[in-house]
Amino acid sequence: MNRNGLPFLLPMLALSLAGFLVPLALLGVFSLVDTAGSPTLDNYRRLFADPFILSVLVDTLGLGAKVVALTTVIALPIVLLYWHAGPKMRRVIVFLTLLPMLTSNVVRTFAWIVILGRLGPVSQAMVELGFFPAPRSLLFNETALVVVLAQIELPLLVLPVIAVMTRSDGSLAAAAATLGAGPWRVLSTILLPMMAPGILAGWVLVFAGATTSYVTQSVIGGARLIYLPQFVYREVGVLFNWPSAAAAAFVLLAATSIVMLAMTAASRHPRLAGHA
Amino acid sequence: MLDGNRPLDWAYRLFVYGLGGLAIAFMVAPVAVGLAMSFTAGQTLKFPPDGLSLRWYSALLDPEQSGPIHTAILHSAQIAVLTVLGAVLVAAPAAYGVTRLKPAASAAVEPLMLAPLVLPSLVYGLAALIASGRVGLSPSFGLVVFGHIVVFGPLMYRSCAAITQRLDPSLEEASALLGMGPFRTFLRVTLPLMLPGILAGMFLVFMQSLDNVSVTLFLADARTTVLPLRMFQMIEESLDVRVAAISGVLIGAVLLCLIVSWKALEPKRQG
Repeated sequence: MNRNGLPFLLPMLALSLAGFLVPLALLGVFSLVDTAGSPTLDNYRRLFADPFILSVLVDTLGLGAKVVALTTVIALPIVLLYWHAGPKMRRVIVFLTLLPMLTSNVVRTFAWIVILGRLGPVSQAMVELGFFPAPRSLLFNETALVVVLAQIELPLLVLPVIAVMTRSDGSLAAAAATLGAGPWRVLSTILLPMMAPGILAGWVLVFAGATTSYVTQSVIGGARLIYLPQFVYREVGVLFNWPSAAAAAFVLLAATSIVMLAMTAASRHPRLAGHA
Repeated sequence: MLDGNRPLDWAYRLFVYGLGGLAIAFMVAPVAVGLAMSFTAGQTLKFPPDGLSLRWYSALLDPEQSGPIHTAILHSAQIAVLTVLGAVLVAAPAAYGVTRLKPAASAAVEPLMLAPLVLPSLVYGLAALIASGRVGLSPSFGLVVFGHIVVFGPLMYRSCAAITQRLDPSLEEASALLGMGPFRTFLRVTLPLMLPGILAGMFLVFMQSLDNVSVTLFLADARTTVLPLRMFQMIEESLDVRVAAISGVLIGAVLLCLIVSWKALEPKRQG
Protein backbone atom coordinates (compact mmCIF):
# COMPACT_ATOMS: atom_id res chain seq x y z
CA MET A 1 0.00 0.00 0.00
CA ASN A 2 1.19 3.45 -0.85
CA ARG A 3 1.95 5.20 2.42
CA ASN A 4 3.11 8.41 0.83
CA GLY A 5 1.15 11.33 2.23
CA LEU A 6 3.39 14.07 0.91
CA PRO A 7 1.25 15.11 -2.10
CA PHE A 8 -1.64 15.84 0.28
CA LEU A 9 0.60 17.92 2.49
CA LEU A 10 2.30 19.97 -0.18
CA PRO A 11 -0.25 22.82 -0.49
CA MET A 12 -0.33 23.44 3.26
CA LEU A 13 3.43 23.10 3.61
CA ALA A 14 3.98 25.54 0.76
CA LEU A 15 1.57 27.97 2.40
CA SER A 16 3.25 27.64 5.80
CA LEU A 17 6.69 28.18 4.29
CA ALA A 18 6.01 30.90 1.72
CA GLY A 19 3.11 32.54 3.52
CA PHE A 20 4.29 32.31 7.10
CA LEU A 21 7.94 31.44 7.69
CA VAL A 22 9.38 33.58 4.90
CA PRO A 23 7.48 36.73 5.96
CA LEU A 24 8.54 36.20 9.58
CA ALA A 25 12.16 35.77 8.50
CA LEU A 26 11.88 38.94 6.43
CA LEU A 27 10.49 40.76 9.44
CA GLY A 28 13.54 39.59 11.38
CA VAL A 29 15.87 40.86 8.65
CA PHE A 30 14.01 44.15 8.52
CA SER A 31 14.50 44.66 12.24
CA LEU A 32 18.26 44.26 11.77
CA VAL A 33 18.89 46.85 9.06
CA ASP A 34 18.71 50.64 9.09
CA THR A 35 16.69 52.75 6.67
CA ALA A 36 19.59 52.71 4.17
CA GLY A 37 19.70 48.91 4.26
CA SER A 38 22.97 48.23 6.06
CA PRO A 39 23.00 45.80 9.00
CA THR A 40 22.69 47.29 12.45
CA LEU A 41 21.44 46.54 15.93
CA ASP A 42 20.37 50.15 16.36
CA ASN A 43 16.64 49.40 16.10
CA TYR A 44 16.83 47.17 19.15
CA ARG A 45 19.27 49.45 20.93
CA ARG A 46 16.89 52.37 20.44
CA LEU A 47 13.99 50.23 21.58
CA PHE A 48 15.67 49.44 24.88
CA ALA A 49 17.29 52.85 25.35
CA ASP A 50 14.09 54.88 24.96
CA PRO A 51 12.33 54.98 28.35
CA PHE A 52 8.95 55.44 26.65
CA ILE A 53 9.29 52.37 24.44
CA LEU A 54 10.73 50.40 27.32
CA SER A 55 7.70 51.27 29.43
CA VAL A 56 5.42 50.20 26.57
CA LEU A 57 7.20 46.83 26.50
CA VAL A 58 7.07 46.35 30.25
CA ASP A 59 3.42 47.46 30.41
CA THR A 60 2.45 45.01 27.65
CA LEU A 61 4.14 42.03 29.29
CA GLY A 62 2.74 43.13 32.64
CA LEU A 63 -0.74 43.37 31.15
CA GLY A 64 -0.40 39.81 29.83
CA ALA A 65 0.73 38.54 33.23
CA LYS A 66 -2.05 40.33 35.13
CA VAL A 67 -4.72 39.03 32.75
CA VAL A 68 -3.34 35.48 33.05
CA ALA A 69 -3.45 35.75 36.86
CA LEU A 70 -6.99 37.14 37.05
CA THR A 71 -8.26 34.68 34.43
CA THR A 72 -6.82 31.78 36.43
CA VAL A 73 -8.51 32.91 39.64
CA ILE A 74 -11.87 33.22 37.88
CA ALA A 75 -11.52 30.03 35.84
CA LEU A 76 -10.75 27.79 38.81
CA PRO A 77 -14.23 27.77 40.39
CA ILE A 78 -15.79 27.35 36.92
CA VAL A 79 -13.80 24.22 36.09
CA LEU A 80 -14.41 22.82 39.59
CA LEU A 81 -18.12 23.41 39.11
CA TYR A 82 -17.78 21.48 35.84
CA TRP A 83 -15.91 18.69 37.62
CA HIS A 84 -18.63 18.20 40.23
CA ALA A 85 -21.54 18.63 37.80
CA GLY A 86 -23.64 15.90 36.23
CA PRO A 87 -23.70 15.29 32.47
CA LYS A 88 -26.58 17.69 31.80
CA MET A 89 -25.07 20.51 33.84
CA ARG A 90 -21.71 19.89 32.18
CA ARG A 91 -23.27 20.52 28.77
CA VAL A 92 -24.81 23.74 30.07
CA ILE A 93 -21.41 24.92 31.30
CA VAL A 94 -19.80 24.15 27.94
CA PHE A 95 -22.62 26.04 26.21
CA LEU A 96 -22.16 29.05 28.48
CA THR A 97 -18.40 28.99 27.80
CA LEU A 98 -18.75 28.70 24.04
CA LEU A 99 -21.29 31.52 23.82
CA PRO A 100 -18.92 34.31 24.88
CA MET A 101 -15.97 32.66 23.14
CA LEU A 102 -17.72 32.65 19.78
CA THR A 103 -19.09 36.16 20.23
CA SER A 104 -16.93 38.69 18.41
CA ASN A 105 -14.23 40.41 20.49
CA VAL A 106 -15.42 43.79 19.27
CA VAL A 107 -18.97 42.98 20.40
CA ARG A 108 -17.77 41.97 23.85
CA THR A 109 -15.58 45.05 24.08
CA PHE A 110 -18.59 47.16 23.14
CA ALA A 111 -20.70 45.47 25.82
CA TRP A 112 -18.05 46.40 28.39
CA ILE A 113 -18.25 50.03 27.30
CA VAL A 114 -21.95 49.84 28.15
CA ILE A 115 -21.26 48.12 31.48
CA LEU A 116 -18.43 50.40 32.62
CA GLY A 117 -19.62 53.60 30.94
CA ARG A 118 -20.93 56.69 32.71
CA LEU A 119 -24.56 55.63 32.28
CA GLY A 120 -23.87 51.94 32.84
CA PRO A 121 -25.07 49.65 35.64
CA VAL A 122 -21.84 49.77 37.68
CA SER A 123 -21.66 53.57 37.73
CA GLN A 124 -25.39 53.82 38.60
CA ALA A 125 -25.06 51.28 41.41
CA MET A 126 -22.10 53.20 42.83
CA VAL A 127 -24.17 56.38 42.88
CA GLU A 128 -27.10 54.58 44.52
CA LEU A 129 -24.81 53.15 47.18
CA GLY A 130 -23.28 56.55 47.79
CA PHE A 131 -19.73 55.73 46.65
CA PHE A 132 -19.81 58.14 43.70
CA PRO A 133 -21.29 61.66 44.09
CA ALA A 134 -22.24 61.64 40.40
CA PRO A 135 -22.26 59.03 37.62
CA ARG A 136 -18.84 58.61 36.05
CA SER A 137 -17.10 56.37 33.57
CA LEU A 138 -14.94 53.55 34.89
CA LEU A 139 -13.22 53.10 31.54
CA PHE A 140 -9.76 54.19 30.40
CA ASN A 141 -7.55 52.70 33.08
CA GLU A 142 -5.48 49.57 33.37
CA THR A 143 -7.67 47.89 35.99
CA ALA A 144 -10.69 48.10 33.71
CA LEU A 145 -8.63 46.75 30.84
CA VAL A 146 -7.40 43.77 32.89
CA VAL A 147 -10.96 42.92 33.99
CA VAL A 148 -12.33 43.20 30.44
CA LEU A 149 -9.51 41.16 28.91
CA ALA A 150 -9.95 38.52 31.63
CA GLN A 151 -13.61 38.16 30.62
CA ILE A 152 -12.70 38.03 26.94
CA GLU A 153 -9.91 35.47 27.36
CA LEU A 154 -11.62 33.38 30.08
CA PRO A 155 -13.09 30.72 27.71
CA LEU A 156 -9.61 30.11 26.27
CA LEU A 157 -8.48 28.92 29.70
CA VAL A 158 -11.71 27.17 30.74
CA LEU A 159 -12.07 25.04 27.59
CA PRO A 160 -8.62 23.37 27.57
CA VAL A 161 -9.00 22.50 31.26
CA ILE A 162 -12.50 21.10 30.65
CA ALA A 163 -11.07 19.05 27.77
CA VAL A 164 -8.50 17.51 30.12
CA MET A 165 -11.18 16.80 32.74
CA THR A 166 -13.47 15.09 30.25
CA ARG A 167 -10.66 12.69 29.34
CA SER A 168 -9.81 11.75 32.92
CA ASP A 169 -12.01 9.66 35.20
CA GLY A 170 -12.94 10.59 38.71
CA SER A 171 -11.90 7.36 40.40
CA LEU A 172 -8.64 8.76 41.75
CA ALA A 173 -10.36 11.73 43.37
CA ALA A 174 -13.10 9.45 44.68
CA ALA A 175 -10.49 7.06 46.09
CA ALA A 176 -8.69 9.92 47.81
CA ALA A 177 -11.97 11.11 49.33
CA THR A 178 -12.77 7.59 50.53
CA LEU A 179 -9.36 7.38 52.16
CA GLY A 180 -10.18 10.52 54.10
CA ALA A 181 -8.75 13.41 52.06
CA GLY A 182 -10.84 16.56 52.42
CA PRO A 183 -12.01 18.41 49.30
CA TRP A 184 -9.22 21.00 49.48
CA ARG A 185 -6.64 18.22 49.77
CA VAL A 186 -8.19 16.43 46.78
CA LEU A 187 -8.06 19.71 44.88
CA SER A 188 -4.40 20.40 45.60
CA THR A 189 -3.00 16.87 45.34
CA ILE A 190 -5.16 15.33 42.61
CA LEU A 191 -7.29 17.80 40.65
CA LEU A 192 -4.71 20.56 40.14
CA PRO A 193 -1.96 18.21 38.86
CA MET A 194 -4.55 16.59 36.61
CA MET A 195 -5.66 19.97 35.21
CA ALA A 196 -2.10 21.29 34.83
CA PRO A 197 -1.61 20.48 31.11
CA GLY A 198 -4.89 22.23 30.29
CA ILE A 199 -4.02 25.21 32.48
CA LEU A 200 -0.62 25.61 30.80
CA ALA A 201 -2.16 25.36 27.33
CA GLY A 202 -4.76 27.96 28.34
CA TRP A 203 -2.16 30.33 29.80
CA VAL A 204 -0.32 30.48 26.48
CA LEU A 205 -3.53 31.36 24.62
CA VAL A 206 -4.61 33.93 27.22
CA PHE A 207 -1.20 35.61 27.29
CA ALA A 208 -0.97 35.77 23.49
CA GLY A 209 -4.54 37.07 23.25
CA ALA A 210 -4.25 39.70 25.98
CA THR A 211 -0.96 41.17 24.77
CA THR A 212 -2.12 41.54 21.15
CA SER A 213 -5.76 42.58 21.41
CA TYR A 214 -5.51 45.87 19.56
CA VAL A 215 -9.19 46.85 19.64
CA THR A 216 -9.84 46.08 23.31
CA GLN A 217 -6.63 47.77 24.41
CA SER A 218 -7.43 50.89 22.39
CA VAL A 219 -11.10 51.16 23.34
CA ILE A 220 -11.05 50.14 27.01
CA GLY A 221 -7.55 51.40 27.84
CA GLY A 222 -8.14 54.71 26.10
CA ALA A 223 -5.67 56.90 24.27
CA ARG A 224 -3.31 57.41 27.19
CA LEU A 225 -2.44 53.73 27.68
CA ILE A 226 -0.12 52.56 24.91
CA TYR A 227 0.72 48.88 24.48
CA LEU A 228 2.88 47.18 21.87
CA PRO A 229 0.12 46.63 19.28
CA GLN A 230 -0.76 50.33 19.25
CA PHE A 231 2.94 51.22 19.23
CA VAL A 232 3.67 48.90 16.27
CA TYR A 233 0.66 50.17 14.37
CA ARG A 234 1.58 53.78 15.01
CA GLU A 235 5.16 53.26 13.88
CA VAL A 236 3.93 51.73 10.61
CA GLY A 237 0.69 53.50 9.87
CA VAL A 238 1.52 57.00 11.06
CA LEU A 239 5.30 57.39 11.21
CA PHE A 240 6.30 54.86 8.49
CA ASN A 241 9.13 53.79 10.75
CA TRP A 242 9.37 50.20 9.47
CA PRO A 243 12.62 49.05 11.13
CA SER A 244 11.47 50.25 14.53
CA ALA A 245 8.05 48.58 14.09
CA ALA A 246 9.72 45.36 12.98
CA ALA A 247 12.00 45.37 16.02
CA ALA A 248 9.07 46.01 18.38
CA ALA A 249 7.06 43.23 16.72
CA PHE A 250 9.99 40.89 17.09
CA VAL A 251 10.29 41.66 20.78
CA LEU A 252 6.59 40.84 21.17
CA LEU A 253 7.17 37.61 19.25
CA ALA A 254 10.20 36.74 21.36
CA ALA A 255 8.37 37.47 24.63
CA THR A 256 5.41 35.29 23.60
CA SER A 257 7.73 32.52 22.39
CA ILE A 258 9.67 32.52 25.66
CA VAL A 259 6.44 32.22 27.63
CA MET A 260 5.28 29.44 25.32
CA LEU A 261 8.54 27.50 25.46
CA ALA A 262 8.60 27.77 29.24
CA MET A 263 5.03 26.46 29.39
CA THR A 264 5.79 23.62 26.99
CA ALA A 265 8.87 22.67 28.99
CA ALA A 266 6.79 22.79 32.17
CA SER A 267 4.11 20.57 30.64
CA ARG A 268 6.79 17.92 29.90
CA HIS A 269 7.70 17.90 33.59
CA PRO A 270 6.52 14.53 34.94
CA ARG A 271 4.57 16.02 37.84
CA LEU A 272 2.70 18.38 35.53
CA ALA A 273 2.27 16.08 32.55
CA GLY A 274 -1.03 14.68 33.69
CA HIS A 275 0.16 11.45 35.28
CA ALA A 276 -2.14 11.94 38.24
CA MET B 1 -18.69 12.99 45.19
CA LEU B 2 -18.48 16.08 47.33
CA ASP B 3 -19.91 14.71 50.53
CA GLY B 4 -18.58 11.17 50.77
CA ASN B 5 -18.91 10.05 54.34
CA ARG B 6 -17.34 13.10 55.83
CA PRO B 7 -18.99 16.24 57.12
CA LEU B 8 -19.65 18.80 54.40
CA ASP B 9 -16.88 21.23 53.83
CA TRP B 10 -18.89 24.42 53.59
CA ALA B 11 -15.99 26.58 52.53
CA TYR B 12 -15.31 24.30 49.59
CA ARG B 13 -18.97 24.16 48.61
CA LEU B 14 -19.21 27.92 48.77
CA PHE B 15 -16.06 28.22 46.66
CA VAL B 16 -17.26 25.82 43.97
CA TYR B 17 -20.97 26.62 43.80
CA GLY B 18 -20.99 30.24 44.97
CA LEU B 19 -17.91 31.56 43.21
CA GLY B 20 -18.38 29.16 40.28
CA GLY B 21 -21.83 30.56 39.65
CA LEU B 22 -20.58 34.14 39.97
CA ALA B 23 -17.66 33.44 37.63
CA ILE B 24 -19.96 31.99 34.99
CA ALA B 25 -22.22 35.04 35.36
CA PHE B 26 -19.15 37.28 34.86
CA MET B 27 -18.23 35.31 31.74
CA VAL B 28 -21.71 35.46 30.17
CA ALA B 29 -23.11 38.79 31.41
CA PRO B 30 -21.46 40.99 28.75
CA VAL B 31 -23.08 38.91 26.02
CA ALA B 32 -26.48 39.36 27.66
CA VAL B 33 -25.84 43.09 28.10
CA GLY B 34 -24.84 43.42 24.44
CA LEU B 35 -28.01 41.68 23.34
CA ALA B 36 -30.28 43.69 25.68
CA MET B 37 -28.64 46.99 24.72
CA SER B 38 -29.54 46.44 21.06
CA PHE B 39 -33.24 46.81 21.91
CA THR B 40 -32.91 50.20 23.60
CA ALA B 41 -35.34 52.96 22.74
CA GLY B 42 -32.91 55.65 23.89
CA GLN B 43 -30.22 57.71 22.14
CA THR B 44 -27.48 56.76 24.59
CA LEU B 45 -25.82 53.66 25.96
CA LYS B 46 -27.76 53.98 29.24
CA PHE B 47 -28.14 50.54 30.79
CA PRO B 48 -30.60 49.22 31.76
CA PRO B 49 -32.36 51.05 28.89
CA ASP B 50 -35.39 53.25 29.64
CA GLY B 51 -37.51 51.60 27.00
CA LEU B 52 -37.42 48.90 24.38
CA SER B 53 -37.68 49.32 20.62
CA LEU B 54 -36.34 48.02 17.35
CA ARG B 55 -35.32 51.51 16.15
CA TRP B 56 -31.59 50.76 15.99
CA TYR B 57 -32.24 47.62 14.00
CA SER B 58 -34.25 49.60 11.48
CA ALA B 59 -31.54 52.28 11.42
CA LEU B 60 -29.05 49.50 10.73
CA LEU B 61 -31.18 48.12 7.90
CA ASP B 62 -31.75 51.52 6.28
CA PRO B 63 -29.46 51.61 3.22
CA GLU B 64 -29.36 55.42 3.18
CA GLN B 65 -28.00 55.79 6.71
CA SER B 66 -26.03 52.59 6.99
CA GLY B 67 -24.64 52.04 3.50
CA PRO B 68 -20.98 51.97 4.67
CA ILE B 69 -21.88 49.39 7.34
CA HIS B 70 -23.57 47.20 4.71
CA THR B 71 -20.44 47.39 2.54
CA ALA B 72 -18.28 46.41 5.51
CA ILE B 73 -20.58 43.47 6.32
CA LEU B 74 -20.44 42.35 2.70
CA HIS B 75 -16.63 42.53 2.62
CA SER B 76 -16.30 40.68 5.91
CA ALA B 77 -18.67 37.94 4.75
CA GLN B 78 -16.85 37.59 1.41
CA ILE B 79 -13.47 37.41 3.14
CA ALA B 80 -14.77 34.85 5.65
CA VAL B 81 -16.33 32.63 2.95
CA LEU B 82 -13.20 32.71 0.77
CA THR B 83 -11.03 32.02 3.81
CA VAL B 84 -13.17 29.02 4.74
CA LEU B 85 -12.92 27.66 1.17
CA GLY B 86 -9.17 28.19 1.08
CA ALA B 87 -8.73 26.60 4.50
CA VAL B 88 -10.73 23.50 3.46
CA LEU B 89 -8.77 23.08 0.23
CA VAL B 90 -5.38 23.42 1.92
CA ALA B 91 -5.83 22.02 5.43
CA ALA B 92 -8.22 19.08 5.01
CA PRO B 93 -5.90 17.16 2.63
CA ALA B 94 -2.95 18.01 4.89
CA ALA B 95 -4.71 16.53 7.93
CA TYR B 96 -5.14 13.34 5.89
CA GLY B 97 -1.63 13.34 4.43
CA VAL B 98 0.00 13.70 7.83
CA THR B 99 -1.42 10.33 8.96
CA ARG B 100 0.34 8.71 5.99
CA LEU B 101 3.78 9.98 6.99
CA LYS B 102 6.33 8.25 9.18
CA PRO B 103 5.92 9.41 12.81
CA ALA B 104 9.23 11.28 12.73
CA ALA B 105 8.20 13.18 9.60
CA SER B 106 4.78 14.14 10.92
CA ALA B 107 6.34 15.28 14.21
CA ALA B 108 8.55 17.57 12.13
CA VAL B 109 5.90 19.14 9.91
CA GLU B 110 3.04 19.48 12.43
CA PRO B 111 4.53 22.27 14.55
CA LEU B 112 5.29 24.21 11.37
CA MET B 113 1.70 23.94 10.17
CA LEU B 114 0.24 24.78 13.60
CA ALA B 115 2.63 27.66 14.34
CA PRO B 116 0.34 30.46 13.06
CA LEU B 117 -2.20 29.50 15.76
CA VAL B 118 0.00 30.42 18.69
CA LEU B 119 2.08 33.29 17.35
CA PRO B 120 0.59 36.75 17.84
CA SER B 121 -1.31 37.45 14.63
CA LEU B 122 -0.42 41.12 14.87
CA VAL B 123 3.23 40.24 14.32
CA TYR B 124 2.19 38.13 11.36
CA GLY B 125 0.15 41.00 9.92
CA LEU B 126 3.19 43.25 9.92
CA ALA B 127 5.43 40.48 8.52
CA ALA B 128 2.97 39.74 5.72
CA LEU B 129 2.74 43.43 4.86
CA ILE B 130 6.54 43.74 4.61
CA ALA B 131 6.88 40.50 2.60
CA SER B 132 4.09 41.36 0.16
CA GLY B 133 5.62 44.79 -0.37
CA ARG B 134 8.89 43.06 -1.30
CA VAL B 135 7.21 41.10 -4.09
CA GLY B 136 5.42 44.20 -5.32
CA LEU B 137 1.96 43.62 -3.82
CA SER B 138 0.18 46.41 -2.05
CA PRO B 139 -2.58 45.90 0.54
CA SER B 140 -5.76 44.60 -1.06
CA PHE B 141 -8.83 42.43 -0.59
CA GLY B 142 -6.97 39.40 -1.96
CA LEU B 143 -4.07 39.90 0.43
CA VAL B 144 -6.45 39.95 3.40
CA VAL B 145 -7.94 36.63 2.27
CA PHE B 146 -4.45 35.16 1.85
CA GLY B 147 -3.41 36.33 5.32
CA HIS B 148 -6.57 34.90 6.88
CA ILE B 149 -6.00 31.53 5.20
CA VAL B 150 -2.45 31.41 6.58
CA VAL B 151 -3.52 32.34 10.10
CA PHE B 152 -6.79 30.36 10.35
CA GLY B 153 -5.97 27.40 8.08
CA PRO B 154 -4.35 25.66 11.07
CA LEU B 155 -7.71 25.77 12.91
CA MET B 156 -9.18 23.71 10.08
CA TYR B 157 -6.14 21.44 10.13
CA ARG B 158 -6.47 20.79 13.87
CA SER B 159 -10.18 20.19 13.64
CA CYS B 160 -9.71 17.66 10.78
CA ALA B 161 -6.62 16.03 12.29
CA ALA B 162 -8.62 15.24 15.43
CA ILE B 163 -10.62 12.88 13.20
CA THR B 164 -8.00 11.56 10.76
CA GLN B 165 -5.72 10.51 13.60
CA ARG B 166 -8.45 8.23 14.95
CA LEU B 167 -9.52 6.76 11.59
CA ASP B 168 -9.38 2.99 11.22
CA PRO B 169 -6.59 2.27 8.67
CA SER B 170 -8.31 -0.96 7.63
CA LEU B 171 -10.97 1.08 5.80
CA GLU B 172 -8.33 2.56 3.54
CA GLU B 173 -6.60 -0.77 3.15
CA ALA B 174 -9.88 -2.31 2.06
CA SER B 175 -10.32 0.48 -0.45
CA ALA B 176 -6.78 -0.04 -1.76
CA LEU B 177 -7.33 -3.80 -2.03
CA LEU B 178 -10.40 -3.10 -4.11
CA GLY B 179 -8.15 -1.25 -6.53
CA MET B 180 -8.71 2.41 -5.65
CA GLY B 181 -5.71 4.71 -5.78
CA PRO B 182 -4.82 7.03 -2.91
CA PHE B 183 -6.64 10.03 -4.34
CA ARG B 184 -9.87 8.15 -4.99
CA THR B 185 -9.60 6.55 -1.57
CA PHE B 186 -9.26 10.02 -0.08
CA LEU B 187 -12.27 11.36 -1.98
CA ARG B 188 -14.57 8.38 -1.56
CA VAL B 189 -13.62 6.95 1.84
CA THR B 190 -11.67 9.36 3.99
CA LEU B 191 -13.27 12.66 3.09
CA PRO B 192 -16.83 11.57 4.04
CA LEU B 193 -15.48 10.33 7.38
CA MET B 194 -13.76 13.66 7.95
CA LEU B 195 -16.93 15.66 7.33
CA PRO B 196 -17.74 16.44 11.00
CA GLY B 197 -14.22 17.81 11.48
CA ILE B 198 -14.45 19.85 8.30
CA LEU B 199 -17.81 21.33 9.34
CA ALA B 200 -16.55 22.21 12.82
CA GLY B 201 -13.43 23.73 11.25
CA MET B 202 -15.52 25.74 8.76
CA PHE B 203 -17.54 27.21 11.61
CA LEU B 204 -14.43 28.13 13.65
CA VAL B 205 -12.56 29.60 10.67
CA PHE B 206 -15.60 31.60 9.58
CA MET B 207 -16.11 33.11 13.04
CA GLN B 208 -12.42 33.90 13.50
CA SER B 209 -12.08 35.48 10.07
CA LEU B 210 -15.20 37.56 10.63
CA ASP B 211 -13.79 38.87 13.91
CA ASN B 212 -10.17 39.38 12.92
CA VAL B 213 -8.64 42.82 13.29
CA SER B 214 -4.91 42.40 13.70
CA VAL B 215 -4.21 40.80 10.31
CA THR B 216 -6.77 42.86 8.39
CA LEU B 217 -5.43 46.07 9.93
CA PHE B 218 -2.15 45.66 8.03
CA LEU B 219 -3.24 43.93 4.83
CA ALA B 220 -6.45 45.78 3.86
CA ASP B 221 -6.43 48.77 1.51
CA ALA B 222 -8.63 51.79 2.19
CA ARG B 223 -11.52 50.43 0.09
CA THR B 224 -11.61 47.06 1.85
CA THR B 225 -13.53 48.13 4.94
CA VAL B 226 -14.43 45.23 7.23
CA LEU B 227 -17.06 44.91 9.93
CA PRO B 228 -14.93 44.70 13.11
CA LEU B 229 -12.83 47.69 12.07
CA ARG B 230 -15.92 49.63 11.02
CA MET B 231 -17.45 48.92 14.46
CA PHE B 232 -14.18 49.95 16.09
CA GLN B 233 -14.29 53.28 14.23
CA MET B 234 -17.94 53.82 15.15
CA ILE B 235 -17.14 53.16 18.82
CA GLU B 236 -14.12 55.46 18.81
CA GLU B 237 -15.84 58.29 16.95
CA SER B 238 -19.30 58.61 18.38
CA LEU B 239 -20.46 55.63 20.48
CA ASP B 240 -23.06 55.08 17.76
CA VAL B 241 -25.94 52.97 19.14
CA ARG B 242 -26.14 51.14 15.80
CA VAL B 243 -23.10 49.21 17.06
CA ALA B 244 -25.50 47.72 19.61
CA ALA B 245 -27.78 46.55 16.81
CA ILE B 246 -24.83 44.97 14.95
CA SER B 247 -23.85 43.30 18.21
CA GLY B 248 -27.40 42.02 18.61
CA VAL B 249 -27.30 40.46 15.14
CA LEU B 250 -23.91 38.82 15.73
CA ILE B 251 -24.88 37.48 19.17
CA GLY B 252 -28.15 36.17 17.72
CA ALA B 253 -26.24 34.33 14.99
CA VAL B 254 -23.90 32.69 17.49
CA LEU B 255 -26.82 31.72 19.73
CA LEU B 256 -28.64 30.18 16.77
CA CYS B 257 -25.57 28.13 15.72
CA LEU B 258 -24.98 26.96 19.29
CA ILE B 259 -28.60 25.95 19.84
CA VAL B 260 -28.69 24.06 16.52
CA SER B 261 -25.50 22.16 17.38
CA TRP B 262 -26.77 21.58 20.93
CA LYS B 263 -29.89 19.92 19.51
CA ALA B 264 -27.87 17.97 16.93
CA LEU B 265 -25.48 16.64 19.57
CA GLU B 266 -28.17 15.81 22.14
CA PRO B 267 -27.54 12.31 23.52
CA LYS B 268 -30.20 9.96 22.19
CA ARG B 269 -32.39 8.35 24.85
CA GLN B 270 -32.38 4.58 24.83
CA GLY B 271 -35.91 3.54 23.92
